[in-house]
Amino acid sequence: MNPKRKKLLMIVLFILLGVGTATTLALKAFQENLMYFFSPSQVVKGEAPTNRNFRIGGLVTRGSVKRNQQDLKVSFVLTDTISSVTVSYEGILPDLFREGQGIVANGSLRADGVFVADEVLAKHDENYMPTEVADALEKAGVKHEYTDKHQLK
Amino acid sequence: MWEWIIKFASPMHFYMLVNRLAPWLGRAAGVLLVIGLYGSLFYAPADYQQGESFRIIYVHVPSAWMSMFIYMNLAVAGAAGLIWKTKVSDAIARSCAPLGASFTFLALTTGSLWGKPMWGAWWVWDARLTSELILLFLYLGYIALQSAIDDRRMAARAGAILALVGVVNIPIIHYSVIWWNTLHQGPTISKLDAPSIDTMMLIPLLIMIAAFMCYFFALVLVRARLEIIEQERSSKWVQELVLQQPGQSV
Amino acid sequence: MNLSEFLHMGGYAFYVWTSYGLTAVIMFLNYWLPTRREQQLIRKLKRLQDSKSG
Repeated sequence: MNPKRKKLLMIVLFILLGVGTATTLALKAFQENLMYFFSPSQVVKGEAPTNRNFRIGGLVTRGSVKRNQQDLKVSFVLTDTISSVTVSYEGILPDLFREGQGIVANGSLRADGVFVADEVLAKHDENYMPTEVADALEKAGVKHEYTDKHQLK
Repeated sequence: MWEWIIKFASPMHFYMLVNRLAPWLGRAAGVLLVIGLYGSLFYAPADYQQGESFRIIYVHVPSAWMSMFIYMNLAVAGAAGLIWKTKVSDAIARSCAPLGASFTFLALTTGSLWGKPMWGAWWVWDARLTSELILLFLYLGYIALQSAIDDRRMAARAGAILALVGVVNIPIIHYSVIWWNTLHQGPTISKLDAPSIDTMMLIPLLIMIAAFMCYFFALVLVRARLEIIEQERSSKWVQELVLQQPGQSV
Repeated sequence: MNLSEFLHMGGYAFYVWTSYGLTAVIMFLNYWLPTRREQQLIRKLKRLQDSKSG
């Protein structure tokens, strides 16, 4: 390689390094804002904003879902296995909403500590398997547990 | 080794190489696509949670994969063009952009069509979706830059710098689901332990990715060949080789 | 498996078929547009060459 090309190569590497460093610093500074949701633990500890809407993400505790017969009102307990927050919601739930499933709710915290959601989104983990395999696992006593790392502590 | 690379960096040799390679890559892409589609729609079972909607994975994941892979090709070809100033690498970089942009667009739209029934939303501003959208803007910016600058050399140089700056977005897209909490789930195949997908579901996915790869390589070569012929239209080799081909008379 | 059941996609027909259809259309255009442009270019260059030599 002649000196001129070497210089150009150095410039290319310099651009990559410079932009990389700048981006890393910027991302570090905005770390909080890049988080899509707060965990129930954070909410219980008071780390979530109280004056505006925010999102909370966790697992729907098994046996906690209470549906109202007359309307679409539903309440359930959201947990990250350490802390839990009760969520109340009125509206249509996504197809994937079920007990033991991860969800993300958008809304605000009421004075009594209940999270009032105006939107509920389902989150699924990275596991895919046929129904037969899931059934066989269940029969063998290996209950498939939701494995999303961001929603479990 | 170097001699070989320099030889194929000459437009004429590149033209001949594409003529030999592209048809085979195209055929491979076609065969793999047919097998992959059969696998995606018939062979793979429905998911235990997501049912048949899971089949969107077979167009979504390969598209998303290609969107990032093509960007790396664009950046590497751009850098090679900056350093060695070869016409062929500039032509390849330029040819990557529309293909990459369309796969990024496909990743976003098929993801949206998957997100609506499963998550309950067409779009969310989480780190994964947002960084993939930025990738689309990087491609569009590159394409706009190419059409805005008339001088080819200048356009290639400006484009290469834009592409290199944008490279930081690639690890961000990939690791977004690990670094931050997102609505998008974590990686299924590309993690260190065994993939968390059933083998019967994984095989068609890998075939589809292979098909998309062959498709991309075939078309990026064809596009680059077109660029090269356009640029070299008045040179002797184009007059002799390209225009004297039998069976292509007007 | 019968055809209507297959097309129904367990109720997700719209989402699944739109995804596959969109992918097919875009992948076809990506093949067709540059191939056509190349043929047109070669035809044009040949005409230029003929008019020069003839």
